[in-house]
Amino acid sequence: MKLDLSVLTSNTGAILGGFAITLETWIAGVAIGILAGLAIALLQRRGVSPINRLLRLYIEVVRGTPFLVQLFFLYYGGPSIGLQLEAVTAGILGLGIYGSAYFAEVFRAGFNAIPKGQMEAATCLGLSRWQTVRRVMLPQMLVIIVPSLSNTIIVLSKETAVLSVITVPELTGVLTGIGSASYAFTEVLVTLCFGYLLLVEMTAWFGRWAEAKVGRYMLR
Amino acid sequence: MDSLHSMMQTLPLLLHAAVATLLISVVSLCFAFLIGVAVCAMGFARSRLLRGLATAHVHFFRGVPLLVQLLMLYYLLPGAGINLSSLTAALIAVSFCSSAYMAEILRGGFLGIARGQVEAARMLGLGGLQTLVRIELPQALRLTLPALVSEVILVIKASSLVSVVGVAELTRTAQNVAASNYRPLETYFLAGAVYFALNSVLARLGHLGERRMARAHQS
Repeated sequence: MKLDLSVLTSNTGAILGGFAITLETWIAGVAIGILAGLAIALLQRRGVSPINRLLRLYIEVVRGTPFLVQLFFLYYGGPSIGLQLEAVTAGILGLGIYGSAYFAEVFRAGFNAIPKGQMEAATCLGLSRWQTVRRVMLPQMLVIIVPSLSNTIIVLSKETAVLSVITVPELTGVLTGIGSASYAFTEVLVTLCFGYLLLVEMTAWFGRWAEAKVGRYMLR
Repeated sequence: MDSLHSMMQTLPLLLHAAVATLLISVVSLCFAFLIGVAVCAMGFARSRLLRGLATAHVHFFRGVPLLVQLLMLYYLLPGAGINLSSLTAALIAVSFCSSAYMAEILRGGFLGIARGQVEAARMLGLGGLQTLVRIELPQALRLTLPALVSEVILVIKASSLVSVVGVAELTRTAQNVAASNYRPLETYFLAGAVYFALNSVLARLGHLGERRMARAHQS
């Protein structure tokens, strides 16, 4: 088999553009997912029963249905109720919603791992609710949740490939498009493979680095 | 009222397609388990080559999105002179992708078994395979059941991607229905509900199995 790399070199701009959209949707989706997930986990701690049941249902439904079906529902079903989104926007929103359920579970596990006495101590010392979250809970929680946090972020990086199905011009969409036009599927798909492997391995490496960084203070 | 009527018409079609989703998932899971056991065993092998291969397997199949693996099988194999139906390509892709996760789950399980048990089994005259099947696997399964159940659910969800290469499972059927009845909102909602029901039942069964195995372990 002979590889014809001219397919790649003559389309460098398009490929880099696709990679940029992959990064954009991924980072924006992760940001929305983490913020919404943290909000959900904090709301769950308030312990208001009807809200809790609703949040639980939200998490179970998002985690119990395929990402692709959620995207179809959002992108093709949305217009019937007046929610007309561009493909990229729908992709980011979908990724954010999908991620929020997983991040909420990660944060919940982190909060649960902190002894209740610490919260009581913080209240006794006159710390406000938000101060307790920011100064006492989040720093300790971070040490516990960094591995599962980076794992979820990696899962989301791979889910961005699914966005190509709803016509988002990200890496998979762009490269398979080039493949269909030139019939150079081998070159294109091998590039695609390496692109994602690079992304995933780099994120995993960064996760391990962050793990060592936040864990350092606990060893003392 | 209109949308309720169309949902009633759609549901039987989707339930029928859910059987295909379930079949694809079950067949893939069986193969994934077997490949996963083999890769896991390779990871514990003395030979550095085998261990390297196991690591490469796990890194590749967990590092590349399933959709890309699927497209590779679907587009590249015909070029190499191998013609697969889209269903076969789908089954192979899902099996191999899941096998990497299975291997890692099982590795955790095997590491959780006390080393002395394997030594004791060998002392009692059990062969290597017998020790694996009678002593190690049952315990590894008990230790990893929760993770295996979530892998089953992940595979059912992942099987939706098979729709992209044209296999007529639940998601693909929902697409076809939505294209003909112009009611994407209701149709995809219903498809999601069927997936959710399927996964809820499996999660419940998983919990039951966990409790059962825990009880068997105690007595």
